[in-house]
Amino acid sequence: MTDHNKRVDEATGTNLVGHEWDGIEELDTPLPRWWVYIFAGTVVFAAGYVVAYPSFPDVAGMTGWSSRGQLDAALKAEAATRAPLLNAIAATPVENLAANPQLMRSAIEGGNAAFKVNCVQCHGSSATGARGYPNLKDDDWLWGGDIVSIHTTISHGIRSQSDETRYSQMPAFADMLSKGQIQQLVTHVRSLSGQDKPNAAGAQLFAENCASCHGESGKGNREMGAPNLADGIWLYGSDRAALTQTISKARFGVMPHWAGRLDPVTIKMLATYVHSLGGGEALPQPQTATAVPPAAPAQTAAADTGTAGTGKPNVRS
Amino acid sequence: MSALDLINPTSDLYKKRAPVFPRVVNGRFRRLKWAVMALCLAVYYITPWLRWDRGTHAPDQAVLIDLAGRRFFMFDIEIWPQEFYYVAGLLIMAGIGLFLVTSAVGRAWCGYACPQTVWTDLFQHVERWIDGDRNAQLKLNAAPWSAAKLGRRLTKWSLWLVIAAATGGAWIFYFADAPTLARQFMAGDAPFVAYATVAVLTFTTFTLGGFMREQVCIYMCPWPRIQTAMLDEKSLIVTYRDWRGEPRTQGLKKAATMAPGKAGDCIDCNACVSVCPTGIDIRNGPQLGCINCALCIDACDEVMGKLNRPRGLIDYLNLDDHRRELAGGTATPVVKTLLRPRTLIYFAVWASIGVAMLFTLGGRTRLAIDAAQDRNPIMIIMSDGTVRNGWTIKLRNMESRPRRIELAMTGLPDGKLWTDAMDKRDAARSTRIDVAADATTRLHLYVAAPAGPAGETGFALIARPLEPAQPDAPPQTAAHNLKFVRQ
Repeated sequence: MTDHNKRVDEATGTNLVGHEWDGIEELDTPLPRWWVYIFAGTVVFAAGYVVAYPSFPDVAGMTGWSSRGQLDAALKAEAATRAPLLNAIAATPVENLAANPQLMRSAIEGGNAAFKVNCVQCHGSSATGARGYPNLKDDDWLWGGDIVSIHTTISHGIRSQSDETRYSQMPAFADMLSKGQIQQLVTHVRSLSGQDKPNAAGAQLFAENCASCHGESGKGNREMGAPNLADGIWLYGSDRAALTQTISKARFGVMPHWAGRLDPVTIKMLATYVHSLGGGEALPQPQTATAVPPAAPAQTAAADTGTAGTGKPNVRS
Repeated sequence: MSALDLINPTSDLYKKRAPVFPRVVNGRFRRLKWAVMALCLAVYYITPWLRWDRGTHAPDQAVLIDLAGRRFFMFDIEIWPQEFYYVAGLLIMAGIGLFLVTSAVGRAWCGYACPQTVWTDLFQHVERWIDGDRNAQLKLNAAPWSAAKLGRRLTKWSLWLVIAAATGGAWIFYFADAPTLARQFMAGDAPFVAYATVAVLTFTTFTLGGFMREQVCIYMCPWPRIQTAMLDEKSLIVTYRDWRGEPRTQGLKKAATMAPGKAGDCIDCNACVSVCPTGIDIRNGPQLGCINCALCIDACDEVMGKLNRPRGLIDYLNLDDHRRELAGGTATPVVKTLLRPRTLIYFAVWASIGVAMLFTLGGRTRLAIDAAQDRNPIMIIMSDGTVRNGWTIKLRNMESRPRRIELAMTGLPDGKLWTDAMDKRDAARSTRIDVAADATTRLHLYVAAPAGPAGETGFALIARPLEPAQPDAPPQTAAHNLKFVRQ
């Protein structure tokens, strides 16, 4: 800009910038001092910031701070706060967790979280399973519904590649029995749960071929994972077609073993959670145990009771 | 005033504060103000330290807002978050009470009881004690900085700071056990939020009471706007009897030269202006800056007394009566203007809310049950063919003692219930649950019933404490209606 363009606006006494648009001119009002100082300050601050904090890819700042490191620290701190609880769960046999309400509650919550990651793919988000995948909320258990049995099932899986896996195999009867015999057997199996009329020939075939695992009355055998055929719960369905398929070709459902993939604490938590879903059974009473006193008249709801004396209960709502 | 000239502004858009140095005044309204101030400060500082025996399971602080524990204690009343409508009712009562007071006696809240007024008054008293009365303060304010001035200023500010810290410090005791918190606070073990609260309130008290003062009332506070709308021509406000005071005459000699009866009673001594805490001139008529503190009435009465003229040149007078006196009539008795339909209706609404709350407080059940039905899935078929539904139950024992509650079902004749804390084999029509004092117990409830046609069957869950509060007291039960679903 040349000097002869510098003119002063009469009304305000301020310099004009020298441009004119249809008679409208712009005042060359200086920036407020405080604004300039703050701007200069931010420039200085930015220089320091670039040096102190990570500002370029793969270049750490002088302070060593990074958002990743912050996350790591937060996770470590979280793990440290959880450690006493997890250690306590690790040190407690799974059947004894119920004696400690706080551990039990934590285990169920932890199990709930782990279930959503590892188990819902087959058993569903509601844990009610699907055809071929057992419902974990009912009271029918192929391999036992007490906490120790559930823990074993989760640890070693069913027909999985674990040395201690639960393993049972039903023969495919298509090669051993005729189609007519299989239909008689289907009728008999359905009659066990009242869905069909009794069939003498089928009963005879059942006693010869099936009773060794499923029992004479078809109530199954949890020792070898043989399903109860006399109840209302059917893993693969109880219609004639499904049963014909089951008897002819057999079924071979597989559940993976989780020992080695999940840590022992998570497996304990999962067992506790599955046991808490409504179908969990009490541990079988040892034969030699001393007489257990009868249950107290009232169940103290284990969870969420307050601490006496302080008036400050744990849970309020 | 002409339109704003932005190019050549003749007046500043921002008005600089003219410092106010109110003169000390004595009189009946000043005495009333002292009494109200003493009462307000006493209530504020003493309340958290009052003890109240509630037994071993509840705190013994008479008034306690336990935010962490989500309880509000006020003497014999304990409020749970579910009962927050009582607090809402109190707030509504406070609002309507303000309408009532304003329509009856104008901005009495502003003039006497508002914390801004009370603390400003206290600070001004300290100020007079250190710097002297109005004239000395004006002189000191105009004087250049010197060691003496600095000393006085530092002394005054230190005293203010002590008062401010005590004010902020008292606040936190409403939210925790006062003696415990006081010990922790001194030892440095109190929660950070306690120190932060004290710091913030100390700062606001110091600045609002010491430096902002009347600017808070005039520029910051919404109440003057609302209260101005609540006033009407029958509300008692501080009024200058201009028909009596005008024309103002300075000095008796000058008055004697005027035609008899022409000279007004106002001698323009400015006593009313010099005592005003907001620095206004009441003789200009009702205005936003007037907080109705009535100190100008005291000041004027004193002057009128010296001149042997009747008091009340400035007085509590409603606008209707002012008009009536101007026309030669007399003011209506105060009782008549106070008891008019508007104030009576406000009072009726205010009182009925209070009575209704007391009534419900007296009859409320200190036991509650909530139930949320399992939705995913809504029912499970059991191996014996029965149908099972599940609920998450919350039992709230709101009494300050542990209780054993019987949970029983009515309806659904074939149904049996059990909880996650017991064995399914013990399922029955009822079960008993121990609930800790002043606590909520959460449990999972299962109900199983034989299969049937799809649909919903209603039944009720009744919670009944096994020990009544008094042997002859009627049992307080809580019920919840549930729906058993078959699909």
